Amino acid sequence: MNTNAIAVGLPSANAEIDLVAPRRPFLVSLRTWVRNQPLGAISLFVVVMTIFIAVFAPQISPYDPVEAHYDTMMQAPSATYWLGTDQYGRDVLSRIIWGARTALYVGFTSAILGATVGLILGVGSAYFGGWVDLVFQRIMDVFLAFPLLILALAAVAVFGTGPDKVILAITFPFVPRCARVVRSGALAIREMPYVDAARALGYGHWRIILRHMVPNCMATYLIMLTTFLGQAILIEASLSYLGLGVQEPIPAWGLMLQGGAEEYAESAIWIAIFPGLAITLAVFAFNLFGDALRDTLDPKLRAR
Amino acid sequence: MQSNRMKAVCAVVAGVALGLGAGSATGAETPKRGGVLNYVVPAEPPGFDGHRESTFAMVHPIRPYYSVLIRVNPDNPSSTTDFVCDVCVGKVPEPTDDGKTYTFKIRGDVKFHSGETMTAHDVVASYHKIIWPPEGVRSHRKAMFGMIESVTAPDDYTVVFKLKFASNAFVPVLAMPFNWIYQKAVLDKDIHWYEKNISGSGPFIFKERQAGGFMRGDRNPNYYHKGQPYLDGIKAIIANKQSLRVQAIRGDRAAIEFRGFPPASRDDLVKALGKEITVQESVWNCGISYVPNHKRKPFDDVRVRRALSLAVDRWGGSNYLSKISIVKTVGGITYPHSPLAPSKEQLQQLAGWWPDLKKSRAEARRLLKESGADLSKSYYFLVRGVDQPYKIVGTWLVDQWKSVGLKFEQHTHPTGPFYAIQRGTKEFDVSIDANCNSVVNPLVDTAKYLSADRASNNYGQYIDRDADAIYDKMLRATDVNEQRKLMFEYNKITLDTHANQSFVLWWHRIIPHRSYVKGWKIGPSHYVNQVLDNVWLDK
Amino acid sequence: MLVIPTLFGAAALVFIMLRLIPGDVCEIRMAGDGGYFDQSAITACQEELGTNRPLLTQFVEFVWGLMRFDFGTSMWTGQPVIEEVALRFELSLQVAIMATIVGVIIAIPLGTISAVRQNTWIDYVVRGISIAGIATPAFWLGIMIILGLLMFTQHFLGAPWMPPITYRPIWEDPVYNLSMLIWPTVATGYRYSAVVTRMTRSALLEVLREDYVRTARAKGLWDKVIIRRHALKNALLPVVTIVGMEFAFLMGGLVVTEQVFNLNGVGKLFVDSVLNNDYTMTQSLVMLVVMIFVMVNFFVDICYAWLDPRIRYS
Repeated sequence: MNTNAIAVGLPSANAEIDLVAPRRPFLVSLRTWVRNQPLGAISLFVVVMTIFIAVFAPQISPYDPVEAHYDTMMQAPSATYWLGTDQYGRDVLSRIIWGARTALYVGFTSAILGATVGLILGVGSAYFGGWVDLVFQRIMDVFLAFPLLILALAAVAVFGTGPDKVILAITFPFVPRCARVVRSGALAIREMPYVDAARALGYGHWRIILRHMVPNCMATYLIMLTTFLGQAILIEASLSYLGLGVQEPIPAWGLMLQGGAEEYAESAIWIAIFPGLAITLAVFAFNLFGDALRDTLDPKLRAR
Repeated sequence: MQSNRMKAVCAVVAGVALGLGAGSATGAETPKRGGVLNYVVPAEPPGFDGHRESTFAMVHPIRPYYSVLIRVNPDNPSSTTDFVCDVCVGKVPEPTDDGKTYTFKIRGDVKFHSGETMTAHDVVASYHKIIWPPEGVRSHRKAMFGMIESVTAPDDYTVVFKLKFASNAFVPVLAMPFNWIYQKAVLDKDIHWYEKNISGSGPFIFKERQAGGFMRGDRNPNYYHKGQPYLDGIKAIIANKQSLRVQAIRGDRAAIEFRGFPPASRDDLVKALGKEITVQESVWNCGISYVPNHKRKPFDDVRVRRALSLAVDRWGGSNYLSKISIVKTVGGITYPHSPLAPSKEQLQQLAGWWPDLKKSRAEARRLLKESGADLSKSYYFLVRGVDQPYKIVGTWLVDQWKSVGLKFEQHTHPTGPFYAIQRGTKEFDVSIDANCNSVVNPLVDTAKYLSADRASNNYGQYIDRDADAIYDKMLRATDVNEQRKLMFEYNKITLDTHANQSFVLWWHRIIPHRSYVKGWKIGPSHYVNQVLDNVWLDK
Repeated sequence: MLVIPTLFGAAALVFIMLRLIPGDVCEIRMAGDGGYFDQSAITACQEELGTNRPLLTQFVEFVWGLMRFDFGTSMWTGQPVIEEVALRFELSLQVAIMATIVGVIIAIPLGTISAVRQNTWIDYVVRGISIAGIATPAFWLGIMIILGLLMFTQHFLGAPWMPPITYRPIWEDPVYNLSMLIWPTVATGYRYSAVVTRMTRSALLEVLREDYVRTARAKGLWDKVIIRRHALKNALLPVVTIVGMEFAFLMGGLVVTEQVFNLNGVGKLFVDSVLNNDYTMTQSLVMLVVMIFVMVNFFVDICYAWLDPRIRYS
């Protein structure tokens, strides 16, 4: 039975089943969801806040995050500078606000790219099967065997530093991971009788893939997407810590930790603490949200 | 006269550097024997042959196992003229034969760690490997010995250096901390042996290496400087992250680090440990600079290059950059405490060193307008991806140039790709640069600013025969006063009139170490004074 | 075996990637800090290391060497790769094992409780702690640990203490060894246990909804018996997979943690050799890590067969 399709409210192959589970008004669903998933609701709120901050950074940020002011170096948090200033005299709060922009830009782009490419490759491989699947699996294995950071490191070394290159570098390790997970789900769907029926009816490959297989992998795709978001932010922070990520003077949380964190950890601890907190909070929220999403989308995990 | 004032300044600075030392400047303490000195090193040595390698990461762990002919006086390393004998007898000899022949007498009591006694033939064989290496053998500083015609041993304990022409660059070159004396017998059997093995005649005997971890050695009981070394042993621990090296000293896992820490780390250590930390500071024989690419418009125009220099506030920058970075002293291309360095008044005549910043920047804007440079474009500023001091000074420079309307975009690359661009593809408009050398030897150190076909470390891609001519005259001059005059001319043409390259600030060496480490005095170079035979632990 | 194409693919991939990275090991070695250097020395170095030979020759030599288990010499230190790696491997292995033990001991009970008491406050607390473990940047945690140790010991014991920064094998000096490695184990184990907890929880939840569990419940069997006998064993399948994957990751992926604690391990060697453009070392390390990954996968497959008779195949 196409129970997954019903759960996510997507059109199913069997129209009769739609009558059994009518769709409720959106606000009512939302309220129920908030009641059932309090953690998910909180994390959704944080996620939305982060996106809001990132989008409206130029309007909200109190100071310019890039301009150096050598007369206000390393000031403690005060009324003028809420989170203090760093070693170049730049306002930490402004840099964190603008850093959200970098984090989400890098995070979203690499997560979406990686998950989407992985989705296509995974579904395609599962669908076509045979030696295509075998060869593809070997290739993905090769990429999977490389530790995530090493792959990103090598990609950065090859393509250079800078936000766009970093996105490419982070996308690299995501593709095989998503492909592998999607493929195992898609394999199950491929065995469904209606896929054979569709082929017998003469539907083309692409129609079957796009209309039947991909929608059923949506849940997995979305979960991987939110996982990748959190991981992308962490990888970018690690790469910046090693000096290989985004470069000065672009505000980025990982970069803020690299430059100031350890050297000024005692004399100006605000330089080290706040970016670390920002990273932790953002990744925390994205992961929690992803969890809640998984719980919602996968009926088997819902509490009875 | 300028030179007297300069000498007075140098003496004061040297005194201050000594005075900040561990109290042994007052001389009264007797060294105690015993203890193992743990020190941290930023990187793994790539090879063990001092003739071949150039990185301080090799000098710090391995130098103590070898001897040299002459060296900078370990009790007075901040002097640029005080050289003493290591394996030779007496004082550094005065040249004879119109300054072209130096005769050294070798001590009879120098024993290699393998047991044999050192003779003049070992010295000659080592120098032959350094100056005229056979096919397939690399000698990194070969060209610096270009003034030497021959090295011979007329008897078992005499070495004679014959020069092609008299040069007061010779003695500092001889004193370089890389000119280790190897055994002739070993070199004859396998000239590559010392690349992977360590066995010399120095104050310590190499005992163990843990790949990527540490290198340690024990006291050499047959060391020819009687009474030394005071230490039972040494252990060089490899720690890549700077913050970890600072923490290691704080947690007493290591007692000292010989490169230098940034000011913030020094402050942290002093705040945390108070009297248990001693801080020694000195000007460093390293300078940070930037080099414009003469093959790129508009930097082929001397007016634009001068404008670049005029925009930079060196006097003010020294003030605040020295709080967050390892740079401080304002100077020209000559080491500030060398007898050849220009005075402050002379410096202030050069464009970019004017005392009036407003006037400088106004002039810069005027020059930019006159040359018609495109100010709407954002230019490529290549920066090396190392925090101290490259990235910090790089960020500051972009800010400085912005103040006269020149926009630059910083492109930071890790070391490997940085060199690939700076030396290989040369796809940059302006690049950050540095000039780090070992023994202070201004005549050799400033060869960097010669035309590109003469200086392999000139990345500006320019030919300036006028500058070359001044340099050559200076090299051949025999009178120090004459040389100083020519050195200022050379400064002027490089930095001001032709603005071929530029210079920003001299680095500042800050060594906070545990107070129980005595005997080690700071000098201007992190390559020099690393023998550790006069170091002792007051525990 | 299907392992051969994976290994060959990895070898080709790393070879190509490294050659694409700009930078030259000889230049990095000789260049120093902008001071004087000798161009002919650099050329001679390149001759010696063979970096200016045609790429195909280098690749063939690399693969041929791999097949004979001859990993060559490091381009940076000139010492044989095997010697350089042996010590690092030992250290990384110890940290990986310790972190796995810590992670698994914490994770499986926590994950089980969280699944059984789904949506209660226990579940929320456990999930909160787990996600915090995944969200906190490992290097930030490490920095805080070392700083905390220094400040704490200075405040309460008078003299600041930090973990040792050189390695001694555990059979030589167990106290010293453990006092050094316990901290990175904690920093890594926290994240490790978080990942495994989440997987245990979700795997167990899935299994608990399965038909056969509902049947057993309907029949009246106690919850505890059901969980222990049926549910846990099947839930362990994906958990074992993730434990395996994380272990393989620890062997060489701990790049940043090793930097923070100055561990002389495989991850640190990786970064150093990539940044130094030391081709032979990086290639050998990558092949080593790929081999470990393949072996761990193989081991996981065996565990699969043991845990679930339905999956047993020849």
